[in-house]
Amino acid sequence: MTGADIMVKCLEKEGVKDIFGYPGVAIAPFYESVRASKINAVLVRTEQSAAHAASGYTRINKEIPGVCAVTSGPGATNLITGIATAFADSIPLICITGQVKSELMGGDVFQEADITGACESFVKYSYLIRDVDDIPRVFKEAFHVANTGRKGPVLIDVPIDIQQADVRRFNYPDEVNMRTYKPTVKGNMVQINKVISELEKAKRPLIYAGGGVLLSDAGDKLEEFAAKHNIPVVSTMMGIGVIPTEHPLYFGMVGNNGKAYANRAVAECDVLIVVGARVADRAVNQPDLITKDKVMIHIDVDPAEIGKNAGPSIPLVGDASYIFDDLLVKDYEADYGEWIEILDGYRERLREKEKESKDYVDAPAFIRALSKSMKDDSVYVADVGQNQMWSCANVIIRDGRFLTTGGMGTMGYSIPAAMGAKLADKSRQVVAVCGDGSFQMSMCELATIRQNKLPVKIIVFNNGYLGLVRQFQHFNYAGNYSVVDLSGNPDLEKLSSAYDIPFIRVHNNTEVDDAIKKFLKNDEAYLMECIIDPMAVV
Amino acid sequence: MKRIYSVLVENRSGVLSKVAGLFSRRCFNIDSLAVGETNDPHVSCMTIVSSGDKRTIEQIEKQLNKKLDVIKVKTFEENASISRELMLIKVKYNKNNRRDVMENCDIMGASIVDMSKTHMIIQMCDTPERTSLFINMLNGVSIVEVARTGCLALQKCSEE
Repeated sequence: MTGADIMVKCLEKEGVKDIFGYPGVAIAPFYESVRASKINAVLVRTEQSAAHAASGYTRINKEIPGVCAVTSGPGATNLITGIATAFADSIPLICITGQVKSELMGGDVFQEADITGACESFVKYSYLIRDVDDIPRVFKEAFHVANTGRKGPVLIDVPIDIQQADVRRFNYPDEVNMRTYKPTVKGNMVQINKVISELEKAKRPLIYAGGGVLLSDAGDKLEEFAAKHNIPVVSTMMGIGVIPTEHPLYFGMVGNNGKAYANRAVAECDVLIVVGARVADRAVNQPDLITKDKVMIHIDVDPAEIGKNAGPSIPLVGDASYIFDDLLVKDYEADYGEWIEILDGYRERLREKEKESKDYVDAPAFIRALSKSMKDDSVYVADVGQNQMWSCANVIIRDGRFLTTGGMGTMGYSIPAAMGAKLADKSRQVVAVCGDGSFQMSMCELATIRQNKLPVKIIVFNNGYLGLVRQFQHFNYAGNYSVVDLSGNPDLEKLSSAYDIPFIRVHNNTEVDDAIKKFLKNDEAYLMECIIDPMAVV
Repeated sequence: MKRIYSVLVENRSGVLSKVAGLFSRRCFNIDSLAVGETNDPHVSCMTIVSSGDKRTIEQIEKQLNKKLDVIKVKTFEENASISRELMLIKVKYNKNNRRDVMENCDIMGASIVDMSKTHMIIQMCDTPERTSLFINMLNGVSIVEVARTGCLALQKCSEE
């Protein structure tokens, strides 16, 4: 057996069935061992997609971290944006990189990059394996670290000679023993009682849910808690779908791209329960002032998150799922009916007006129609740009998932993430929605979709511009557009036929319903292009 | 506000850069940083002196605790600790100022540990304030080189 065989055995022990990657000399021994195993390796068309695909995979699989494996040097550096994206959204990944021979390291040899050094500020932890006997312990620790506490990517850099080294035996440790890593999952009872007593006194409480709720799979418990006490819920972008978007207690996404009535709710509530959210600048204006007129309860598994951007009145460290378990067994009397009525009024009054557009597809109306027609448990992946803002504001999520990159805002995320999501659960419908800019950042993955027969559905909002930047320039630079014109776009019909993927182009609203029917009908890959008004703004 | 962080870390390669990188990335100040092995060879102790407002001080401790190589973080104010810094100064002297230099050393409890006909190395171990003061006192003498370890600190026995 070799070190590479051990690496693959470790993955098997962790239950890994699929990995995403791009081989090269420095990771060749590993891929040779993968070939001889039952693990399915998907060849992406650029390394960044490997990390995004692994991200989409684990967000749907929920059990094990997504795994990607690439070669040293440029392979590893190409992976960096994907790792940073996962880190910003706390997505558990195992990123394996090949490295040059141990004895050559530090000599600036061919395809050498100090990848553990380069990634230091956006991995949860990283390992550079110097001894082949460390492989089982490192893998055991890596999977544990990535998938517990505040989740995140873990990088394992393995020099080629370590992969080739002979090993006698394989012993996978049963448990990890790390004296420096013991995340708190159960909330402190004193704090939990304080939360209940604040809620008892409250007149206008509000739950503000972030991606952390989904990461700890606590959406159902949050919904149960909100429904039990009649507490309204708003979400961050990463939290969309924590409870069904059409739930009467759901009041939309907060933030400068969110719903006016959601922001109004945050401004006027007297007790704000922030769960699994970092309260960043995009979501809340002046987060440091949030506690001046309200009690803020901050629930997060990462103690460093609490008080980082906004000072909480009641910090509560723990995993959202455990905390809602504890909160759910507590009973108290309170009536927030009046507050809900006020919010219902805001929702009615501040609802955006429907825009009529005859010559183009109206993106918001299209997204509502599309997500309404999608299956209840389907996965909607939004990319970055105007498409993301329109998606966040209009998507209807019932029992399904809304995936996007909220923290980093990495263009090109949707197609590889959708591939990963589909591979994680083939029974679910998966739709990636991107703009013409973000589509072209990942369109090489059409080949991966074709090769692996992944029935991923892709929608491209084509407005011939980097729309969100153009819009920004429109409002902030007196309409002087600089380097946002995408007039070199390919003909998407020809492009999809080159990849043997069925195609439909939608020119205006009247064509939308029929097109969506066709698009969603079969479980097959499909590309739909929507012609959007080039001057449309979010 | 000034704070001293006494940080026990795993004695592994790369840990220093991880901890130092954390400070630069999050825009925390480092006034001084000193590292050395403890009585357990697997554990190193880093003494970091930093300053910032209340939120920053709290964040530094939390972010340090979050690092997987960090075993334990102790934070204390200067007056709750005994702090020392070792300094070596090489000066160029002449017969006019030689006596002055020696007198200054006497007053400040510094010792001359090496000497030639033109140069001497002075060693001083004291609080960072007094080592700085000593540099000021040598103003009239031409200082060739200064090496300081940075502050080492332990919490006072009475605070345990």
